[in-house]
Amino acid sequence: MPQTAPVNKEAIAPVLSSYTDLPFYSKQVRIALKNCGIINPKNIDEYIARDGYRGLAKALTELTPDDVISIMKDSGLRGRGGAGFATGIKWEFCRRSRATPKYVICNADEGDPGAFMDRSILEGDPHSVIEGMTIAGYAIGASEGYVYCRAEYPQAIAHLKTAIAQAREYGLLGDNILGSDFSFNLYIKEGAGAFVCGEETALMASIEGRRGEPRPRPPFPAASGLWHKPSNVNNVKSYAMSPQIVFHGAEWFNNIGTPKSPGTAIFALTGKINNTGLIEVPMGIRLRDIIYDIGGGIPDNKPFKAVQTGGPLGGCLPASALDTAVDFDSLVEAGATMGSGGMIVVDEDTCMVEFARYFLTFASAESCGKCVPCRIGGQRLLEALTRITEGKGTPEDLDEIVYISNNMREASLCALGQLTPGPVIASLRFFQEEFAAHVYDKRCPAKVCKGLITYTIIADKCEGCMVCMRNCSSNAISGSKRQPHVIDIERCSRCGICATVCKFDAVMVE
Amino acid sequence: MPRLNSVEDLTQLRGSLQEQNAAQRASQVIITIGMGTCGLAAGAGETYQAFQREIEKRNLPVTLRSVGCIGMCVMEPLVDIQLAGQPRVTYVNVRPPQVSRIIDEHVLQGQVIHEWAIGFVPVDW
Repeated sequence: MPQTAPVNKEAIAPVLSSYTDLPFYSKQVRIALKNCGIINPKNIDEYIARDGYRGLAKALTELTPDDVISIMKDSGLRGRGGAGFATGIKWEFCRRSRATPKYVICNADEGDPGAFMDRSILEGDPHSVIEGMTIAGYAIGASEGYVYCRAEYPQAIAHLKTAIAQAREYGLLGDNILGSDFSFNLYIKEGAGAFVCGEETALMASIEGRRGEPRPRPPFPAASGLWHKPSNVNNVKSYAMSPQIVFHGAEWFNNIGTPKSPGTAIFALTGKINNTGLIEVPMGIRLRDIIYDIGGGIPDNKPFKAVQTGGPLGGCLPASALDTAVDFDSLVEAGATMGSGGMIVVDEDTCMVEFARYFLTFASAESCGKCVPCRIGGQRLLEALTRITEGKGTPEDLDEIVYISNNMREASLCALGQLTPGPVIASLRFFQEEFAAHVYDKRCPAKVCKGLITYTIIADKCEGCMVCMRNCSSNAISGSKRQPHVIDIERCSRCGICATVCKFDAVMVE
Repeated sequence: MPRLNSVEDLTQLRGSLQEQNAAQRASQVIITIGMGTCGLAAGAGETYQAFQREIEKRNLPVTLRSVGCIGMCVMEPLVDIQLAGQPRVTYVNVRPPQVSRIIDEHVLQGQVIHEWAIGFVPVDW
């Protein structure tokens, strides 16, 4: 049998860097992601070997439920689903509710385009979520929990199922956990992928087997939730952080981050950025550090244009906001939101009107239709934006956007409708000139909106090689060999293939 | 698996697992592949099979394991080679054709292929 290599420390150091010295990791602090990529998520022993279930063990033997709630309150953990409500206070409300039974619910209905934080945690470290939910169950006095996870996450669900079965075998779920009086069972509810089911009341309706539609709050879930019983709904990331907060103590956690937003934030970094990936950073870090140091900047050194945080219900921030601190309050103050953790970076090739229209298309399609402001408002907003991108926009459209947006924010039943105008309003605020160019000059500065651009061939540069002619998808280019070609604007579909294939930079976009 | 009936049981289990892991790390070659959805989408499944085939073919005393996403999704498939007593060295964008060279040079000869490696995971991470 061949032997593997002997120990050769010289081969590793000093030429190779430790992760802690790599720009991608050096500014990260990993709490919820502590085990992701380190342990085999299908083996509970690997989780236990890395101090897994110690938080739960401490809670069950050394702490009363009220002690656990005090720790959570003192830690200052704010819900990582987006709204940033204090987790400890939420748990306390639910504990104080008299009705029984109570339920612990994990919102894993991650639906933002470009977001994959919750999926990665469930896939890479499912036991942290199970342990967090069990601790929450002990704290509020619940003996049953549900993980609401979208069916589009098959691996997350598979790993969670394996993890639940293993935890049950060890007696870390089920009756008399670790020999205590406390019993807790966990079930998975697979959602069918409706974005609105990420809203807690719609989520609970879906678990109950009803149509996933929100209802007015109050009553809040802590008073009347699943099957009208007191329920505690938190995001995957909030539960994943809880065991370590209980184990290490409140002070350990609130020493990280900022006073008003303690701890870490998890982002799925995507878009026009070199290091697409999943990151966990201390709250208070500057956007610039995330985008340029961790993210490695924009591909081809193009200028940064904007970053969208909070997904389709969030908002974008321009280059002037790059020094904004990333925490719940600073992001809102700057005009965006923390959201659940999607972070999409765009460069100068993105049209902000079209970018806003993209998110609006998503959010309005996902409206459940129950309340009028969201169902019709979203549609009217989308129509106005579409007119603008087609070059048919009028100054009245801009006024209408603001008018509809204000009404949606005030009158919609749930956060989906209230926040749908977010991306449009943020783009309008920070990129007003770009909107004005579309409406008044009928021009798309980023050269994206098809109704506002024309392709022409510069006769002096054209070598008459016929490549564009052969590749044109709509037969709009004519000309003969070694003679300058011409694009028929009437036939041209503005696909841009001619500009991509031309070797002489002879195709001009205006 | 035995049921854990007290915190002491859990403590004991953790202790013995940590000992086992330390012993395994000190004596074995461990190959770790990122197999989260991001890894699989980038082709980690094929890379995993290629390692599996090569290990079987050469009958190597190597443990092959899969983990979730460590964060650098853009560089998936990520493969970590951990020689006995050493930290995990990470190779990025590993495709099946690269597998035999990684085994030849790193696993068998202990030489890191620097052009494909990005760094190493600190042991206490």
